[in-house]
Amino acid sequence: MSGAGSSIEQLLAAKEVVVVCGSGGVGKTTTAAALATVAAADLGGKVLVLTVDPARRLAAAMGLARLGNVETRVDPGAFADAGLEPRGELWAAMLDTKQSWDDLVRRHAPDAATRDAILANPLYRNVAGRFVQSHDYIAMERLYELHSSGAYDLIVVDTPPTRHALDFLEAPERMADFFSSRLLRWLLMPYRSRLVNAASRPFHQVADRVLGTVFLRDIAEFFMLFQAMYEGFVERAKAVERVLEDHRTTFVVVTTLESAPAHEARRFVEVLRSKRLHLGALVLNRVLPAELLDRASTEAARRLSASPETVAAAVLAGQPDLVDDPKLLARVLQELGESFLNFQVVAKREAEQRAELGVSAEVVATVPSLDTDIFDIAGLVRLGEQLRRS
Amino acid sequence: MLARRLLFVTGKGGVGKTTIAAALGLLAAREGLRTLVCEVDAKGDLPAALEAGEVGFTARELEPRLFAMAMDTEESLKEYLALHLHLPRLSRLGPLARTFEFLANAAPGVKEILTVGKLAWEVRERHYDLVVVDAAASGHVVGQLRAPQAINELLSVGLVREQTDWMIDLLTDPATTGVVIVAAPEEMPVTESLELVDHLDSTGVDLAGVVVNRVLPELFGRAEEEVFARLVEPAASTALSGAVGHPVNRVLGAARLAVTLRRTRAAHLARLRQGLGPGRTVLYVPELFDRGHGRRAIVQVAEALAAELS
Ligand SMILES: Nc1ncnc2c1ncn2[C@@H]1O[C@H](COP(=O)(O)OP(=O)(O)OP(=O)(O)O)[C@@H](O)[C@H]1O
Ligand SMILES: Nc1ncnc2c1ncn2[C@@H]1O[C@H](COP(=O)(O)OP(=O)(O)OP(=O)(O)O)[C@@H](O)[C@H]1O
Ligand SMILES: [Mg+2]
Ligand SMILES: [Mg+2]
Repeated sequence: MSGAGSSIEQLLAAKEVVVVCGSGGVGKTTTAAALATVAAADLGGKVLVLTVDPARRLAAAMGLARLGNVETRVDPGAFADAGLEPRGELWAAMLDTKQSWDDLVRRHAPDAATRDAILANPLYRNVAGRFVQSHDYIAMERLYELHSSGAYDLIVVDTPPTRHALDFLEAPERMADFFSSRLLRWLLMPYRSRLVNAASRPFHQVADRVLGTVFLRDIAEFFMLFQAMYEGFVERAKAVERVLEDHRTTFVVVTTLESAPAHEARRFVEVLRSKRLHLGALVLNRVLPAELLDRASTEAARRLSASPETVAAAVLAGQPDLVDDPKLLARVLQELGESFLNFQVVAKREAEQRAELGVSAEVVATVPSLDTDIFDIAGLVRLGEQLRRS
Repeated sequence: MLARRLLFVTGKGGVGKTTIAAALGLLAAREGLRTLVCEVDAKGDLPAALEAGEVGFTARELEPRLFAMAMDTEESLKEYLALHLHLPRLSRLGPLARTFEFLANAAPGVKEILTVGKLAWEVRERHYDLVVVDAAASGHVVGQLRAPQAINELLSVGLVREQTDWMIDLLTDPATTGVVIVAAPEEMPVTESLELVDHLDSTGVDLAGVVVNRVLPELFGRAEEEVFARLVEPAASTALSGAVGHPVNRVLGAARLAVTLRRTRAAHLARLRQGLGPGRTVLYVPELFDRGHGRRAIVQVAEALAAELS
């Protein structure tokens, strides 16, 4: 399936940043962790996975406390428990939006007074974390910071569940727009000079009646403080964008084969293409086994479901000791047939989605639905092996 | 559940919020209630599930008593301003509307209050017997439900402030308003649902119930399970293939997959039940095998909900 000599393994070896994206709940966090784990185990070097809201047990497996932005090395003992001797180091970090915002403010504030005023502003405390898709922006911002620190050979980035999969791609640009917006300046005008111009007066009058002057002043103060950091922000947003566009960065789109996530994945692939970003691989996660489509097995299932008594009688003729109750056997046989046919319906739907999706990427990895949740290094390795082999 | 007048359907991304909201709406309408279903994120999934074509801010009757609309905060603001300030519709005042949109994006709670406010208003004005909201996912719904309180804390005066008190009363009256959490019997959805139940306390909005979606049917009882265990033995499965006339090993394999899947899901379900504690309404909706989407699926889900509610 991997044409032109490319594979997930090669991506992990050649790229410096792997951004894992896809719609909600498809397995982004798990996939990102699995990719980083096999990269650290097999390829060596220092590998960091930057995760967002991992399931508690997964976080625990990687030694991450619930909160905090600090990078932690995953205990090599966890690999040993899984019977592995990793060639490299696996590091993990979580994304703490609030703390990242505070760090940003500290970095960009022109002076201590502005910094403290912002951090203390009640509106800021409300806003940080909810501010114009701030989560998306912060994810990209942290990526930039970690990448430019040069401390890691490979960074695998998990992305937050966004309403639309592409939100976070546009977050840096939107953030820059936001701070350079003419509207913002217009909004602040009356608080800067006493001169309210004719154009904005009706707005302020309405706004006053609707929201109240005090609130408007709070908002204005907040944005004025933020404006002091404007240049730093815009520059930073552009730098973040450059990392995404860099040829050392690649995107891995994860999806299940259900209709909604698959639809979102198709859109995502289109957007990557139109933005000239590198689509490294498409991961089809939690896929039902292809055996469900097998012809002969379908015949068998149909027969079991249509004439379970006849089959039961025939089996018992040769194996009289199998069960005492032929009716019980017939019931089991019928269930077997029907269950196969039920799952086959889903598998067929998945096959259709796969046919449509499969053509959109050079590397397509298929990961079966594993029978347990993935919450330890051994599970991640198991999943990572599946991915790597594709 | 359907005796309330405003239901917010929420849950982790992809668990089936839209499906359940559409099914609840359909069920209510068929039981004679004048019902509005509203999609908050305007992704178009709700009209798609009901095969209803385009649906906008102005509610449209899809079938007797079933109305649908898509939330649009800018339209909501315009409607609000027109109603309360007797301003002409704002469409001519482009920059003004844009500035509001902008403010709404930046200031906490403004977008949310425009969403919740519109819905609460429809309830207060008794335009419908029941309003079913395909609400934000669990991560954001608390912000939505808390919006009136948040605005109260930020604003001391102004028209918006005057509006929040009645909204809070309406939202926190358990006879009127309730949250329906949709969960799938999987690790993360269960965890998020339980966390949400805790966070709901801070909103004062009552939990109307939990819908567990995509429950797998139990394949075998205990006696059947024993028979199955014997059938997978090599001698028995060879005999079975012979009797069927086709190889059965993959059929047996698929059954094993179904049994394991169900077992894992059952464990998550048990955790959910335990975490919820006694006295909560929990409804089960089965996994649909023929079609997971479209109107026929919604009808099936509505029937499953009806059976659970009766
Ligand atoms: N191949 C698989 N087989 C079985 N379970 C899986 C598989 N992939 C992921 N899961 C499980 O699915 C759940 C969701 O996975 P995960 O948290 O990685 O999704 P996500 O895309 O990051 O979700 P979100 O959008 O909410 O961040 C987890 O419980 C995980 O263990
Ligand atoms: N009981 C069910 N059986 C089978 N498939 C289902 C069932 N319920 C939902 N689905 C399918 O699961 C997918 C997601 O459902 P839905 O769109 O309702 O979820 P959602 O929570 O609204 O998602 P989002 O967070 O993206 O808004 C859809 O393809 C839907 O058809
Ligand atoms: Mg995740
Ligand atoms: Mg939805």
